[in-house]
Amino acid sequence: MNSSTPEDFSSARYRQLLWTAFTTIVVKEIRRFTRIWAQTLLPPAITMTLYFIIFGNLIGSRIGDMGGFGYMEYIVPGLIMMSVITNSYGNVVSSFFGTKFQHSIEELLVAPVPNWVILSGYVIGGVCRGLAVGLIVTLLSLFFTDLQIHHLGVTVGIVLMTAVLFSLGGFINAVYATTFDDISIIPTFVLTPLTYLGGVFYSINLLPEFWQGVSQLNPILYMVNSFRYGILGVSDIHVGFAFGMILLFIGGLFTYSLHLLNTGKGIRN
Amino acid sequence: MTAALLIEDLHKIYDNQFEALKGISLEVKQGDFFALLGPNGAGKSTTLGIVSSLVNKTRGRVTVFGHDIDVAVTRAKLCLGVVPQEFNFNPFERVIDIVVTQAGFYGIPKKQAAERAEHYLRKLGLWEKRFERARMLSGGMKRRLMIARALVHEPRLLILDEPTAGVDIELRRSMWEFLKEINAAGTTIILTTHYLEEAESLCRNIAIIDHGQIIQNSSMKSLLAKLNTETFILDLEQDIHALPVVEKYALKWVDEHTLEVDIEKSQGINPLFAQLSEQGIVVSSMRNKANRLEELFVSLVDKNLPKEKVSLV
Repeated sequence: MNSSTPEDFSSARYRQLLWTAFTTIVVKEIRRFTRIWAQTLLPPAITMTLYFIIFGNLIGSRIGDMGGFGYMEYIVPGLIMMSVITNSYGNVVSSFFGTKFQHSIEELLVAPVPNWVILSGYVIGGVCRGLAVGLIVTLLSLFFTDLQIHHLGVTVGIVLMTAVLFSLGGFINAVYATTFDDISIIPTFVLTPLTYLGGVFYSINLLPEFWQGVSQLNPILYMVNSFRYGILGVSDIHVGFAFGMILLFIGGLFTYSLHLLNTGKGIRN
Repeated sequence: MTAALLIEDLHKIYDNQFEALKGISLEVKQGDFFALLGPNGAGKSTTLGIVSSLVNKTRGRVTVFGHDIDVAVTRAKLCLGVVPQEFNFNPFERVIDIVVTQAGFYGIPKKQAAERAEHYLRKLGLWEKRFERARMLSGGMKRRLMIARALVHEPRLLILDEPTAGVDIELRRSMWEFLKEINAAGTTIILTTHYLEEAESLCRNIAIIDHGQIIQNSSMKSLLAKLNTETFILDLEQDIHALPVVEKYALKWVDEHTLEVDIEKSQGINPLFAQLSEQGIVVSSMRNKANRLEELFVSLVDKNLPKEKVSLV
């Protein structure tokens, strides 16, 4: 018994503790969303396939070109990004709220896991689901169009950063949520409208000047367009500016999430 | 020797301005089996919640094996295992995953975590259930699962918040044996319970908390020695039809084959038996009306009686 003797607690052992705790959270999160794959991985695959068929094939063939590309080619990056956004957000908000609801968050709170490791673990869990669904949607899109990647670095970088950003958003939502209704309000009334108005289905150049200006206040526009730039090489906005904005938001949300954990908002009395 | 747990002037005021703890101080020595008792809402769970980082304190100091939870929280937490009152695991996870995952939170590598999980699940009779989802377990099994989970990192201090609530008597006694075993192996144990028989049987030292203050803190032996009067139930061999008249004892009629008597410590019981025997009444068995600690506990926390008038010497 009693092998936990913190007196001989070296910095190497501390690093090992942090890494093991972090990987444990990530593996637990991956195990969670793969265990309930019929609720997490299958629905976006079906929804996006319907989007490809209805908007891409049936309606898209009558729309013609958009931004110099066939309509199907044009909407595929946006739909992939939409899946990444909703799934990375949805994973963290439902998982973290679930642990609060079941009180299993206490398993982590009593353990010697620093708050930044807890936050990082949940965020990476959300990123993993976002990327898994993004990959599934990408593979499905290959049945409908040829996908060429214009700039691999931009494509991978932007999708990763977007998944991180929306995982953080999901985390903050979960911290504040006190009922199951609270975890669906933001996705339904904020995230979905912003995504649909973020240039997934159209170029903002089609809009009147005023609405183009309004659209530029929508952060999702920058992510969708940067991702589209990575794949197609076209964008309505400056990609460097988009990277800067996303990084700034990640920094802000990470700091705020950590503050919420440190003060125990919603999880400690 | 450093105390296993040292609490100094601990205060807790909740957001609704309820003052749950009014400056409690407590020391639990290494290797002790310590009972923290109190009525519902007295502040037990708040105290243990602060020690285990589940509740933010308002002020005061808490050290676990000398590690201050404000400045060396990682080291303090490594020393601590917690079995809460409510089930707090994911009911959809498998038993084995719950224990191995908890080990991971303490930095225990997977192979070692799996070995320890097997050891404690076997010890607590859950190995056969390791692949079951936790929600499929009975109430007693769920409690044992939480004990296995709390022990997987082999803490030096184990906090058990009502570990046997809702557990049948046979299982409760086997859990007592297990707890005695790990205490004998060196683990300090703090126990809260509503089964005062449990505290009396297991614990060497005791604190009673009421309205956010410690009202009693001593060894179990010295506390029980304060009990001046005990009430006994006497089961009679033959039925009686009238209350026997005896000197110096206050006998009460329960029914035709049962009597009740209050006996002061200085009185002894043999003279009563002698008087009953002279009247041809044979006592076939005798038992305490209430657990001894229960009598003391009720006296101490009874707000309606001034403390100096309760039946303590």
